[in-house]
Amino acid sequence: MILDVFVGTLVIIGAVFTLIGSIGLARLPDFYTRLHGPTKATTLGAGALIIASITHFTVSQGAVNLPEVLIVLFLFMTAPVSAHLVARAALVRDVHSVTGGSSTAGGHRRPDHQPGADEPARVDLEPSPPSGTESGPQVPR
Amino acid sequence: MTEIAVVFGIVCVGLAMALNVYRLVAGPDAIDRVVALDTLYINAIVMLVLVGLRLDTLVFFEAALLIAMMGFVGTVAAAKYLRRGSIIE
Repeated sequence: MILDVFVGTLVIIGAVFTLIGSIGLARLPDFYTRLHGPTKATTLGAGALIIASITHFTVSQGAVNLPEVLIVLFLFMTAPVSAHLVARAALVRDVHSVTGGSSTAGGHRRPDHQPGADEPARVDLEPSPPSGTESGPQVPR
Repeated sequence: MTEIAVVFGIVCVGLAMALNVYRLVAGPDAIDRVVALDTLYINAIVMLVLVGLRLDTLVFFEAALLIAMMGFVGTVAAAKYLRRGSIIE
């Protein structure tokens, strides 16, 4: 009975987090915000669901089912790595961002970027780079 | 309790996969589609685990493990291709 409630609660938590992550992927306004949904909420939801499954089958079979433990370990190791690689690729491709043009503070700024054209005024915390030199961290092509 | 929760979970994850397919079709940039595919394979793993719980069988977990490994390799290859134009230098 206690086990039933535990497994059911974990299944509901995992399913709701998975759904929230996918809603975030579908609804958020630009790529860098969209990356948050799958990489955090969906990974947490998958982890909770697989832990529920591990608990259920460990009790019903009497032994730990190794592939499930491997799945959850593998997911938790690979989700940040793939998110990092995808975010770097997006930086190099210079995809659209809601903050306009530059996607990171002090990052590579487009040469033709006119601040204030289509974005709300925001305070630049860093001093603007001297003109003429393309300063900032060099993103390898 | 568990049966109702598992059916609820299957409905939720099916809805999540439909939303991922929407982003896969609509994504304005190629990198959006890569992220949508990444989420879609994680949701496929979750769906396999839920179906395994529903049918009370263990046969789906090897398939889920294979999807996890191949999906990660595919995401890394797609991201490297979009970043550099080649996968292996």
